[in-house]
Amino acid sequence: MIQVNSKKTPFTFDSIEPESGLRAALGMSRADIIGEVSACALRGRGGAGFPTGTKWNLAAAARVKPGGAKYVVCNADEGEPGTFKDRVLLAEHADMVFEGMTIGARAIGAPHGILYLRSEYVYLRPHLESVLARRRSENLLGKDIGGVAGFTFDIHIHMGAGAYVCGEETALIESLEGYRGEPRNRPPFPVDTGFQGQPTVVNNVETFAWVVCILSRSASWFKAIGTKTSTGYKLLSVSGDCREPGVYEVPLGISVAELLAKVGGEGAKAVQIGGASGHCVPASEFGRKIAFEDASTGGSIIVFGPGRDMLAVARNFMEFFVEESCGQCTPCRAGNTKLLEGVEMLERGECSMSYLQELLALGETMQLASKCGLGQSSPNAFVSIVKHFKDEIMGRTLAN
Amino acid sequence: MLVGQQQRLQEDIREIVAQHGHDRSALIPVLQELQKRHTTVSDFAMQVVADELGIHPAEVYGVTSFYAFLRQPTKGRFVFRLCRTISCELGGKSRVARQLENDLGIAFGETTGDGRFGLEWASCLGMCDQGPALLVNDRVYTRVTPEQVHQIIDECKSTFGAHARQAAHS
Ligand SMILES: Cc1cc2nc3c(=O)[nH]c(=O)nc-3n(C[C@H](O)[C@H](O)[C@H](O)COP(=O)(O)O)c2cc1C
Ligand code: SF4
Ligand code: FES
Repeated sequence: MIQVNSKKTPFTFDSIEPESGLRAALGMSRADIIGEVSACALRGRGGAGFPTGTKWNLAAAARVKPGGAKYVVCNADEGEPGTFKDRVLLAEHADMVFEGMTIGARAIGAPHGILYLRSEYVYLRPHLESVLARRRSENLLGKDIGGVAGFTFDIHIHMGAGAYVCGEETALIESLEGYRGEPRNRPPFPVDTGFQGQPTVVNNVETFAWVVCILSRSASWFKAIGTKTSTGYKLLSVSGDCREPGVYEVPLGISVAELLAKVGGEGAKAVQIGGASGHCVPASEFGRKIAFEDASTGGSIIVFGPGRDMLAVARNFMEFFVEESCGQCTPCRAGNTKLLEGVEMLERGECSMSYLQELLALGETMQLASKCGLGQSSPNAFVSIVKHFKDEIMGRTLAN
Repeated sequence: MLVGQQQRLQEDIREIVAQHGHDRSALIPVLQELQKRHTTVSDFAMQVVADELGIHPAEVYGVTSFYAFLRQPTKGRFVFRLCRTISCELGGKSRVARQLENDLGIAFGETTGDGRFGLEWASCLGMCDQGPALLVNDRVYTRVTPEQVHQIIDECKSTFGAHARQAAHS
C-alpha cells in the first residue's frame, strides 16, 4: 500500500549485507565504534552537518543522572519543504535505520531508543512496528542482543503532531516530553541534557543508515568519496521543474549543473538548495558544489524552470515560516510576518529600494538574534531571491 | 452534552490513559488517540485528561493548540489536508484546492454541516516529487488532479456505514 516509486538511482544501502554493520560493532569496543565514525568524518544528514563521531563521543562521555539512562533518538520529522528521502528510507530500508540506532546505542551505552515519526507519515507506522517486532524476535533488539551479555536496547515509535519546528532537536525533545514544541536554549546540549534530562543522541534517519554502511565496509571506503570536508554519499530529494523528480544518491561535491543533467532539469532558472530554510541559487552559479562547505542541504533540491515567478516562490516560503514559527521569540515571530508583508508590497509594485534595504537588514537581524535555526534561516530564501532576481521583482505593475 | 455521553467519554479517557501511562510524556499520544476515537478534543475532554495526568487544564490546552494535527479547527470524520508548500504549488495545487471547495461545498478551515468532511491546508507532506499531495486522515493521495477530487470524496462516502469509524482511520 505504500507507494514509494521515488527511487531514481540504486542506493549503497541495497548492497550492504543485512546486520553486517551491527555484527562488526558487536565485536568492537565502544571507543573503536566511535573511532570509526569519527575517522570517516561522517556529518549529520539532517541539515546542520554536525560531525556524528563528535556527537557520539560527547554522549558516551556524559554522565547519566540518578535513576535514568541514556537515549538514542532518530529524527524522522522530515518537515523541510522538498525533503522526502527519509520517507523512502523508512519504507524501504527500515531495518538498516534500526540497525544504525542499535549501533549508536552500543556506542554511547543507551538502553532506550525512540523513533520520532512525523504525523504526516503515520501510514508508515504499521510497517515500522512489524519490522521492530521481527527484530525483537530475532534478538536484534531486547536483552543480550546478538548474544552479547548485558547489551540491552529497544526502540519505540513516538508520533509527532504536525509542527515543522519539532524537527529541531530540542523542540523534538520538548514534544517527546509532552510539551509544546518550543526550542530550548542551548547549551546545555542534548548530548548532556536531553530527553528527561538524560544524555541523548539525536540523529537523522539517513545518518543512522550510513553508520551501518561505514561499519560494514570501512571508514576509509566512505572517506574516499565526496570532498575533504563533506565525505561520502548523500541522498537528495529532487522536486519541481524536472523530468525525473525523486531520490538520488550522489557523492557530495557534485555540482548543481551535474545534478540538473541527471534529473532532467537542464535549462532551469534557479534551484533552491536546502528547502525553505536554504538558499536560492541562480543559473549563473550552477557551478557551485552541493556540499556542507558550499551549497549545503539536508537533501532538499527544488528546481525552478524558466517560466517561474521567483516572487511567488518567495511568497510561498514566507507563508510557510509565518505558519511554522513557534512564536517564542520576537525576531522570528514578527520578522517573518514583516518579510511576508514585504513580498506583498513587491507584488503590488509598492516597495521602494530603501524599504527593500530595510527588509534585508531585518533579515540579517533575524539571522543573528533568533533563538533557533528556524528563525535564523527563515530569511535565507527571501534574501537570496532579492539578491539574484531584483530586476524581476522590482517595479511590478499589478498586471504582472 | 448528555450525562451519559460525558460518562462514556470519561471512561474512554481513563482507558486510554491506562494504556499510555500517567506520565507527562503520555500527553500527546493520549490526545492523539482521543481525537482518533472522537474526531475532536473537547474542552470537557481536556479537563478530564488534565485530571488524569495531574496537570493543569491550561497545559493541555497549550499543547493541543500548538500542534496543527491536534488543534485542527475542523472536526470532520474525514479530514482533507492539501499540501500548500512550494513543490505542490508548482505542481498545480491551486486548482485542486478550488475543486475541493467546490465538491465539498466548504472553504478551507471549515467542516461540512453533516460533520463528515473537514478541509484544511497542510505544510509539506513529504511527497514533493509526486504533488499535488493530499492527506485524507491517514491515507495519502499523490498527483491529485481536479477531476479526481470527486472520486476521492466518493471513496470516503462509500466507507461510511457500520464500519465507518475503523475505516476512517485505517
Ligand atoms: C527548524 C528546524 C527543523 C529541523 N528539522 C529536521 C528534520 O526534520 N529532520 C532532521 O533530521 N533534522 C532536522 N533539523 C536538524 C536537527 O535539529 C538536528 O540537527 C538533527 O536531527 C541532527 O541529526 P544529524 O546530525 O544526524 O543531522 C531541524 C533543525 C531546525 C532548526
Ligand atoms: S526562532 Fe522562531 S521557531 Fe525558533 S524559537 Fe524563536 S520563534 Fe520559535
Ligand atoms: S511540497 Fe507538497 S508534499 Fe512537499
